[in-house]
Amino acid sequence: MAENGMRTPSELIVIGGSSGSLDVVLRIVSNIKKEIGFTIVIVFHRKTAADSTLLELLTARSVLPVREIEDKDIVLSGVVYLAPPDYHLLFEKKHIFALDDSEKVNYSRPSIDVTFESAAEAYTSSVVAILLSGANADGTDGLKAIHRQEGITVVQRPDTASFPFMPRQAILHAQVDHVMSVEEMIEFINGR
Amino acid sequence: MIQDEEVDLLVNDLFELYGYDFTGYSKASLKRRFNRIYILDNFPSFAEFRYKLKSDPAYLKRLVEEITVNVTEMFRDPLFYRTLMKEVIPSLGTKPFIRIWHAGCSTGEEVFSMAILLHEANLLHKSLIYATDINPNVLEKARKGIFPLSQMKQYSGNYIASGGKQDFSSYYTANYDRVKFLESFTTRMIFSTHNLVCDSSFNEFDLILCRNVLIYFDVPLQNRVFELFDSSLNRLSYLALGSKETIRFSDLNSNYKQIGKEKIWRKMA
Ligand SMILES: C[S@@+](CC[C@H](N)C(=O)[O-])C[C@H]1O[C@@H](n2cnc3c(N)ncnc32)[C@H](O)[C@@H]1O
Repeated sequence: MAENGMRTPSELIVIGGSSGSLDVVLRIVSNIKKEIGFTIVIVFHRKTAADSTLLELLTARSVLPVREIEDKDIVLSGVVYLAPPDYHLLFEKKHIFALDDSEKVNYSRPSIDVTFESAAEAYTSSVVAILLSGANADGTDGLKAIHRQEGITVVQRPDTASFPFMPRQAILHAQVDHVMSVEEMIEFINGR
Repeated sequence: MIQDEEVDLLVNDLFELYGYDFTGYSKASLKRRFNRIYILDNFPSFAEFRYKLKSDPAYLKRLVEEITVNVTEMFRDPLFYRTLMKEVIPSLGTKPFIRIWHAGCSTGEEVFSMAILLHEANLLHKSLIYATDINPNVLEKARKGIFPLSQMKQYSGNYIASGGKQDFSSYYTANYDRVKFLESFTTRMIFSTHNLVCDSSFNEFDLILCRNVLIYFDVPLQNRVFELFDSSLNRLSYLALGSKETIRFSDLNSNYKQIGKEKIWRKMA
């Protein structure tokens, strides 16, 4: 545990992805620079609790520590966090993660909407929410919540997404600040 | 949307009027639950919602049911059950009598999974399984041992993934769209309401399972519950938590030894 060198993150970047976003997530994570002053949280729709491959893939590619979140873990900067399967991921006001195994939302648990909405509440304007490829409408309501709190909303350019439905829904219905290709997203994150 | 201060008001009302203490619950989750029922039940304003709660005790029941999450399944997390079967059950088997406590058992799927494990290890006849929950409604369901037939495909899949080798369907009889588990299982179970926030220890156990309940509590309340469990566990007994829960943040941590990678700890001192 890195509780010693603990700092509260100045900013939170939450990335939500579904079908077709595994490659994108891997590309982003493998291209993030070493010293970041913020926290990255990835909420990814995936199937079973036994699936630890994603964590391994991310760990192998990232220069930053990658952790799957456990209940009441403290949110640290400079760490890439992965939401565990089968739980919704929430944030307590005091930079603490909370998990919740209530009903699925948008047929999903974790649901991107749930995490985005909770991040908006806990971190208000210091959140960047990024929505990637996917075949369902998860994420759109969450982006609206982020926008209401004056956080920044980013969506993957639909023509670069293997499943453009999810980003397209967001562009149609939420207030999106930036529509970006994966390269642009990487540059954007590293520039913060 | 219900605001933070309004959540505090509701929590206060629940305590003052009805004695339900939700102050140590995780705020983020609690707020989501309140908002959910607020929208589901179509309240025009927070004031109306609060009035309903204060004036209608029948509504209280619904509210408590809705803000506590009852999601559960049989053999949830098969790897956990595998470890239970391989590492824990054999050591329980050496005892003359086995006492197990499921705290926060919800509708009982976990309790029946345990009965199956004990039955297969030939230990059920000398075991007693206490199953408790804050919510009397879920206990009512659990007591019957009746579950939807539509779930059995998933549950028998979980059972097999847990290392189960018997014919899962031999443990129940199907009737239309429901199944009833064996009477010989239910006779080894005792169901009762118990609130982890305020009720005390009621026995000594060889194994306590409290899975996916503590995620709804903040860390100070979790620690109080760990004290309660500690005072209810014999030395060399086991404590099992949900797959993302931990005793790491508790002072008791040093007296417990984790069994492999699973969320099972053994009390060493
Ligand atoms: C998500 S379920 C977990 C069921 C099962 N243990 C599992 O892991 O599948 C959580 C249960 O905890 C119960 N619960 C919540 N607060 C409680 C309290 N203060 N005391 C006892 N049970 C409580 C709820 O009523 C609910 O049935």
